[in-house]
Amino acid sequence: MTSVEIAGVGLHPFGRFDGVSVTDMGVTAVKAALAEAAIPRGGFQAAFCGTAYAGVAAGHKVLGALALTGMPIVNVEAGCASGGAALQLAMGAIQAGQYESVLVFGMEKMPKGIIRSTFFEPWREQAGLAVTPAYFALRAQRLMRESGITKNDLADLVVKNRRHGVNNPDAMFRKEVSAQEVLNSRLVCDPLHLFMLCSPNEGAAAVVLRRAPADGSARVTLASAVLRSHLPGSVLGEATPLSGIDDSFIPPPSTLAAKAAFEEAGVGPDDLDIVECQDTDAARELLAWEELGLCASGDQARILADGDAAIGGRRPVNVSGGLLSKGEPLGASALGQVVELVRQLRGEAGIRQVAGARVGLAHTVGRGANACVTIIKA
Amino acid sequence: MHTPVHEGLFTVDPPALLGALCGECEHHCFPRLAHCPYCGCENVDPVTLSDHGTLWGWTEVTTAPPGYEGVVPFGFGIVELPEGLRIVTRLTSPTATYEYGMAMRLQIVDLGDGVVTWEFTPETERGV
Ligand SMILES: [Zn+2]
Repeated sequence: MTSVEIAGVGLHPFGRFDGVSVTDMGVTAVKAALAEAAIPRGGFQAAFCGTAYAGVAAGHKVLGALALTGMPIVNVEAGCASGGAALQLAMGAIQAGQYESVLVFGMEKMPKGIIRSTFFEPWREQAGLAVTPAYFALRAQRLMRESGITKNDLADLVVKNRRHGVNNPDAMFRKEVSAQEVLNSRLVCDPLHLFMLCSPNEGAAAVVLRRAPADGSARVTLASAVLRSHLPGSVLGEATPLSGIDDSFIPPPSTLAAKAAFEEAGVGPDDLDIVECQDTDAARELLAWEELGLCASGDQARILADGDAAIGGRRPVNVSGGLLSKGEPLGASALGQVVELVRQLRGEAGIRQVAGARVGLAHTVGRGANACVTIIKA
Repeated sequence: MHTPVHEGLFTVDPPALLGALCGECEHHCFPRLAHCPYCGCENVDPVTLSDHGTLWGWTEVTTAPPGYEGVVPFGFGIVELPEGLRIVTRLTSPTATYEYGMAMRLQIVDLGDGVVTWEFTPETERGV
């Protein structure tokens, strides 16, 4: 199989940027990634752009602003996994021999507050059955019931990610919080308090992929980029149906994506040095650990207590600060994780560098349902 | 005058949810669909679902979400029907004393201006 190199990455910080358009942010990330890859004008043959809220031809606007159009530009919507979906398409096209180099980028400018989604029919909003954080809360409650997680564990997860975020200049929140502060923050939907939920926000990320040189000189390669949707059944899955059945034996989309990604990359959970995963809310990250096969159900509290998932620990998770520190610009989210992993695997992560990181995994899951898992190797 | 928030989901008198039963995989579903959501077959028969079940999940919505003009706070959760179907539903507020597995019963709730939808409430609090 053709090996795919990650030749350059770029980022527009995640946060709130009044007066900066979603196109401006895309331009910043794309320019940075192309410069890093040292790609000349016309040096990539296709572009895939992930976004959920940026509207029609969002990717065309970004490349149009740089006079870089002419090649196919495909805009991809896959909810929180939009960037991962774009990455999967780009990787497959290079492996199939269709293109030599492909630009992948994603960006978003989200409204403040609870995300309003065209996914829900108007009657469902009217009836109060379209409340995204309430779904998160029910999922958190179930995880607490079935995996023995406590509200204090949820708070400790937030403390971990916010501590990591202090060292990420591209994150929105760079101030540590204590478990007590998390538990004292406003109760949004029990058991979730405000500090346990990530903020939808703004940002962009870009990645340049190319067929890896035959001489093995690629520093970082994309070992797998897998997108999966849900199987029917789970009432609390990201597909957010109106009903469901016993889902004990129905693998969630994150598990489907992880299994395929591990197989394609020829590695397993124990080979990972660093992980970036979906922490839309504190419980979501702890559930992701199970779904990705990083730990057994019920082991999360011990892992948190031992510091295994914190920087300096056995396998740090969300060293970037995660979405809880960075915020979540949907289309940029998955590619932002990839940017972080690439910097880590190159040893360029500065103060938050995970020593000797060679294999990393990125995971996002959201509306659709869509889940993507990306594995990157140095 | 009662106007259902959406047609075809429930009846008001008596309160009942309108579902379907698949003749192939034998799963119930809600709402009623032309194809079974679990196996995709067209062999689905309309049924009236049980008007009671057990509480499987609950929380309370304290801030009005986008597109919602009714009262807050309101309860939100999942009730598992005897058919094995887990229904996403409003719950009567407050939910502070709710417990996993408690018996719940279906009722109709007014969202304002005569627009009604379904909700579940604890059996013990059942009407006068
Ligand atoms: Zn069926």
